[in-house]
Amino acid sequence: MDFLTLIQILDSSVRLATPLLLACLAGLFSERAGIFDIGLEGKMLAAAMFSAATAAITGNVWLGLLAGIGASMFLSIIHGLASITFRGNQLISGVAINFLAAGITVLVAQDWFSQGGRTPQLSGAGRFEGFDLPFADSLGSVPIFGPTYSELVSGHSILVYIAFLAVPATWYVLFRTRFGLRLRAVGENPAAVDTAGVSVVGLRYAAVAICGVLCGIAGAYLATALQAGFVKDMTAGRGFIALAALIFAKWRPWSALWTCLLFGFLQAIALRFQNIDLGVITVPVQLMDALPYILVVVILAGVGGKAIPPRAGGEPYVKER
Amino acid sequence: MTFMQKILGATAAMALSAGAALAEPALIFDLGGKFDKSFNEAAFNGAKRWADETGNSFREIELQSEAQREQALRRFAEAGANPIVMAGFAFADALGQVAADYPDTKFTIIDMVVDAPNVRSVVFNEHEGSYLVGMMAAKASQSGTVGFIGGMDIPLIRKFACGYAQGVKAVNPDANVIANMTGTTPAAWNDPVKGSELTKAQISQGADVVYAAAGGTGVGVLQTAADEDILSIGVDSNQNYLHPGKVLTSMMKRVDNAVFQAFTDGPDMETGFNVMGLANGGVGYALDDNNAPLVSDEMKAAVDEASAAIASGELAVHDYMSDDSCPALNF
Repeated sequence: MDFLTLIQILDSSVRLATPLLLACLAGLFSERAGIFDIGLEGKMLAAAMFSAATAAITGNVWLGLLAGIGASMFLSIIHGLASITFRGNQLISGVAINFLAAGITVLVAQDWFSQGGRTPQLSGAGRFEGFDLPFADSLGSVPIFGPTYSELVSGHSILVYIAFLAVPATWYVLFRTRFGLRLRAVGENPAAVDTAGVSVVGLRYAAVAICGVLCGIAGAYLATALQAGFVKDMTAGRGFIALAALIFAKWRPWSALWTCLLFGFLQAIALRFQNIDLGVITVPVQLMDALPYILVVVILAGVGGKAIPPRAGGEPYVKER
Repeated sequence: MTFMQKILGATAAMALSAGAALAEPALIFDLGGKFDKSFNEAAFNGAKRWADETGNSFREIELQSEAQREQALRRFAEAGANPIVMAGFAFADALGQVAADYPDTKFTIIDMVVDAPNVRSVVFNEHEGSYLVGMMAAKASQSGTVGFIGGMDIPLIRKFACGYAQGVKAVNPDANVIANMTGTTPAAWNDPVKGSELTKAQISQGADVVYAAAGGTGVGVLQTAADEDILSIGVDSNQNYLHPGKVLTSMMKRVDNAVFQAFTDGPDMETGFNVMGLANGGVGYALDDNNAPLVSDEMKAAVDEASAAIASGELAVHDYMSDDSCPALNF
């Protein structure tokens, strides 16, 4: 494999990892606050559809992004209502959101555009175009560093940079601010937080809302940056891979970044080489596709340190019994 | 809306005639959905053409899940619809069970063979059409490397790939054909993001014409090809209009003709095995204003010559599904 091929594969990894990373961080906020969220997939899907639809109608991708975040937030609030206010089962609420999103996106798109549950193709200002960092052209001729900078680092849509900046931001918010300390505490021992006079419900809603924003960006990235429109079920299971990444990363932001990049890299390799011939054996593409899930099972089985979820995760908080 | 009115009108007429057999034809779409810009949409266009030309109406349903196949079939059969046309190979099992229960109803299944006295099985020689677009791809390619992106990895899609590769090799024996499948589950029909990445991967390996036989995933392939300024080839329906000047051609699978024919033949249709190939206009390539500047006279002449040779039986294109192997391509 030559250097340029490697750069191309890494470039593809970054594109594939970005939606995973955003969804993974979204899940991180929610689960750290004790709200399990398997509705990431549904939120991304809803955001993808509404961002593409709004961008198609207004011709402005930023309005599309806002609409996507709004749609994702709306589903987040439903999840919050069901699992925080009404203390329902968080898994069931998440499943319901996935079903709701799968159906309603196609229904609304069909009603608005009559193109069989698609949105019209976006062009020009209706899309997030690649974004060249300064000096990308002039540095391109420098060996090793030049192609790395101009091909790999530069030229992505702005949402990619937002996603990568969200990692240190998440780390800072969770581990260096009072809000973050309380948010983590609410996922470990909500009673203690309550005793300290801080609202458990308020913190959990805040976490779920942040989750909605990040999922919204992820969905908008799929539909308006990677693609030029919404197609039914276009998230294709990425919300679930993000959940797997979250477990693999043991609910930590920096680990989430490396895990998502690893999963993106595995996908990119699988897409580039399909069946990989190692001389002795041939690795089929199906194995590469399944690898993220296999890795998660390995981690859950306790190899390489235990993955312990937030202790109060999945349980609604009841003040008095 | 007018269409709904037609349905409502037909229902009312049916109620008035108090159960008299009206023998309205019916069409069942597969999970891809009626407006997939591809296979199902072609079926719908055929039905619509029939309705426009005859002034009659037809019934239709879009499936939402696998479980509805048999249910939808039985409902139409019970309601007296005749003939009932199914777009998609996945109906084979359901039809095999239902057909015997309604001996007086005629069924047509597209892309699959069901052996029953009241069933017409329509299959297409996709490899022949793919051969033609493969020739065009090889002629249009500057780099000598062309790509194929399939949807779900099933024999039918490999049949497309194999015909395409043979066409490419016929024009340029040294050409390199990169063939990728999107996945092995039905999700592979609706993953444009993966389609895009596959296209980019093929472009970085030198491909400058990419043929997509991948349903909704193909939308991503065509989009990326247009973004990256290479040529793409659409499938099933004429997709040239999606990116004018960027789509070299489309491999037309005339599902619309099959549906139109079935509806026209009506309840008295001849059943049995129907092959739609180049010889009877079942497959072909699309040429319209959107891709006219891309297709040179020399290209067109060569393709038309090959088309005539295939139609007359002079030139045989290997069918992947006949022996599960392809002489021109390794999977």
